[in-house]
Amino acid sequence: MKHSTLESLALPVLALAGGLGLFGLFIWFDGHDPVQAWSLLFIGAFGDAFSLQNTLQRAAPLMLTALCVALPARAGLTVIGGEGALVLGGLACAALPYAMPLPTGAAGTLLLLLAAAAAGAAWIALAGWLRQWRGVNETISSLLLGYIAIALFKHIVEGPLRDPASLNKPSTLPLEDSLRIGTMGTWDVHWGLVWGVLLCIVAGLWLLATTHGFATRVVGGNPRAAQLVGLPAGRLIITACALGGACAGLAGGIEVAAVHTSANASLIVGLGYTGILVSFVARHQPLAIVPVAILFGGFLAAGSLLQRRMGLPDASVQVLMGFCFVFILASEALRGRLGQLFVLRQPMPAVAGAPT
Amino acid sequence: MTGMPWLDVLVAVLGGAIRVGTPFLFVSLGECITEKAGRINLGLEGVLVFSAMAGFGASYLSGQWWLGVLAAGCSGALIALLHGLVSSLPRVNDIAAGIAIMLLGGGLAFYLGKPLIQPQAAQIPAIPLGAWLGAEPQGAVGSALAINALFPIGVALALALAWALKNTGWGLTVRMVGDSADAARAQGTSVNGVRVAATTAGGFIAGLGGASLSLYFPGSWNEALSSGQGLIAVALVIFARWHPVRCLWAALLFGGAGALGPALQSVGVTGYYHLFNAVPYVLTLAILVWACSPRRSLQGAPAELGVSH
Repeated sequence: MKHSTLESLALPVLALAGGLGLFGLFIWFDGHDPVQAWSLLFIGAFGDAFSLQNTLQRAAPLMLTALCVALPARAGLTVIGGEGALVLGGLACAALPYAMPLPTGAAGTLLLLLAAAAAGAAWIALAGWLRQWRGVNETISSLLLGYIAIALFKHIVEGPLRDPASLNKPSTLPLEDSLRIGTMGTWDVHWGLVWGVLLCIVAGLWLLATTHGFATRVVGGNPRAAQLVGLPAGRLIITACALGGACAGLAGGIEVAAVHTSANASLIVGLGYTGILVSFVARHQPLAIVPVAILFGGFLAAGSLLQRRMGLPDASVQVLMGFCFVFILASEALRGRLGQLFVLRQPMPAVAGAPT
Repeated sequence: MTGMPWLDVLVAVLGGAIRVGTPFLFVSLGECITEKAGRINLGLEGVLVFSAMAGFGASYLSGQWWLGVLAAGCSGALIALLHGLVSSLPRVNDIAAGIAIMLLGGGLAFYLGKPLIQPQAAQIPAIPLGAWLGAEPQGAVGSALAINALFPIGVALALALAWALKNTGWGLTVRMVGDSADAARAQGTSVNGVRVAATTAGGFIAGLGGASLSLYFPGSWNEALSSGQGLIAVALVIFARWHPVRCLWAALLFGGAGALGPALQSVGVTGYYHLFNAVPYVLTLAILVWACSPRRSLQGAPAELGVSH
C-alpha cells in the first residue's frame, strides 16, 4: 500500500482513538468507569444482532446527510445545513399525499422520495446560489436556512397539515400502508440503508469516474485552474450543492416513510449535524462515508445503553462526537509527518525561512 | 397593558430589543475582536451555550450572581481558547474548527448542565430605568424598561473597544494581524499568538452574553436556551462592518426582531408563532444578501478574513 494511503487510514483511526480516550478521561473525572463505557459503546453498537440492526438503521440517514456535506465540500464549499434539508425532505414526503393522488405501492413511494429529494436539493442549492450570486458565506447561510426550515416545518406540521387526531404530538396524516418503506426480509433494517450505501457508491463514482465529477473537483481544489480552463464554476458549485441537498432531503423522506410514518418533531434529532462529523472523518470521500456512518450510527445506538447501565446523561454521545471532531481536525496537522513521527524516526527536515 | 394592543406590542418590542439584544451585543463584540485579528469563530455558539451553563451553575452553587457572570466569562474564554489553539495548527481551517467547537461546547454544556435544569439560581439584578423615569414598575412601560445590569456594561465595552482598536498599540497590533499577516510577521509579531489572544478575549466577552441568557433572560438553564444566537452574531458583525459601536445598534435591531414573536403572542396573535420566531434568521440572511457582494470585499472587512473573498 502506498505510504499516503496508509496515512489516510491511520490518521482518522488515531484521531477517533484520541476522541474515545479523552471521552474516557472526561467521564472518569465525573466518577464513571471509562473501560465500562468503552465496552458498552461497542456492545451497544455491534454486540448482537439487535444492536447491529439498530446501528444500521441509524447509519442509513447519516450516510445521506454526510453526502450533503461531502459533495459541496468537493466543490470547495463548507455546507452545514443538512438538518434543514432533511427536515424539509421529510415534510415534502408527508405533504405530497395532500397535494395529489398517488399510485399505491412502489411507484407511490418513489414519488414521495423524489419530492423529498427535490425539497432538499432546492434548499441547499439556495445556499450555493447565494454564494455565487452575492458572495454570502455558505456556512453561515446554510445554517441559518436550517433554522428557517425547522421553523417552517413546525409551523406547517402544527398548522395547515396537522392531523386532527394527533393530540399530544402534532403530526401530519400518517402515510398509507402501501407507501411505507418496509424492512429487508427477516432483517429488522429498512431499505433506506440500501439507498444510503448505493448513493455513496454512485457519488464516489461520479467524483472519480465522470468528467462532470472531475470538473467539480477541479473547481473545489483549485478555483484558479478551473477559471483558466474555462469551467463553469458557478453551475458546478450549485449542482454539487443541489445533489448534496437531494441526499439530505432523501434522508428525511426515508425517515418519514420508513420509521415515523408521518412528519413530526421526532424527525428533528440532529441527524444533519452528525452527518457533518461523519463527512469530516471520512475526509469528504463518499466511499469512506459508509463505514464511518456505521461507526457513528453505532455510537448513537449505544447512547441509550450508556444512559441505562451507567446513568450517564443523554448528551454523552454528543461530548464524544465533539472530542472526535476536534481530534479529526487536529490530526490534519500531522498529515505528511506521521511516518516521521511513528515509523521512520528520522530527524525532521529543516524548515527553510520563516514559519508559515 | 395600556388597552391599545399595538402600543403594547411596540413597547414590548422596544423593551425586548434590550432584553433579547444583550446576549447578541456581547457575542457580536466577542466575534468582532476575533474577526479583527483575522479569524472567524463559529464556535461562539458553543461558547454561548457552555458559558450560560457554567454561569448558571456558579451562581446556583455560590448564591452570588456576579460569581456566575465571572464564571461564564472565564469558561467562555476557555472554550474559545481551544478554538484558537486548534485553528493555529497547520492546515486547520477556522470555520471547520468552529463547527467542532459548536458541537463540543453544546455537548459539554448539556452533559455537565444536566443537574441544573430544575433549580433556580441567583439572577443578575435589573436596573429599574422605567421606574426612575416615573413609570409604574409593574406596568408595561416599567417592566419593558427594567434593564439587565449587564447591558450598560456592554455599551461601555462597545465604546471602549472601538476606542482601543483605533487608538492603542494593542488595537493596532490586532488590526495589523487581521489585515496583513505578512506585515505582522515582518514586524516580528506572532500572528498565531495575537489571534489566539483575540479569540480568547472574544470568548470571555461572548461568555458574558451566555450569563445574560441563563441569569437574566430567559433566566434559567435548559438545553434549548441558545438556538443560533452565537451564529447570528457572526452575521451581525458583518452587518456592523466590523465596528463595535455599530454592533450595538445591530444587536438592538436583532433583539427587537427576536422579541416580536412573544410580543405578538401576548396580545393574542398566536397562529404564526414559529414563523415569527424565525424572523431573526430571515433578517440575518436578508442582511447578508444585502451587505455582501461577489465582486469586491466588504468595506471595513479585515483582509485576512475568509468570510469575504
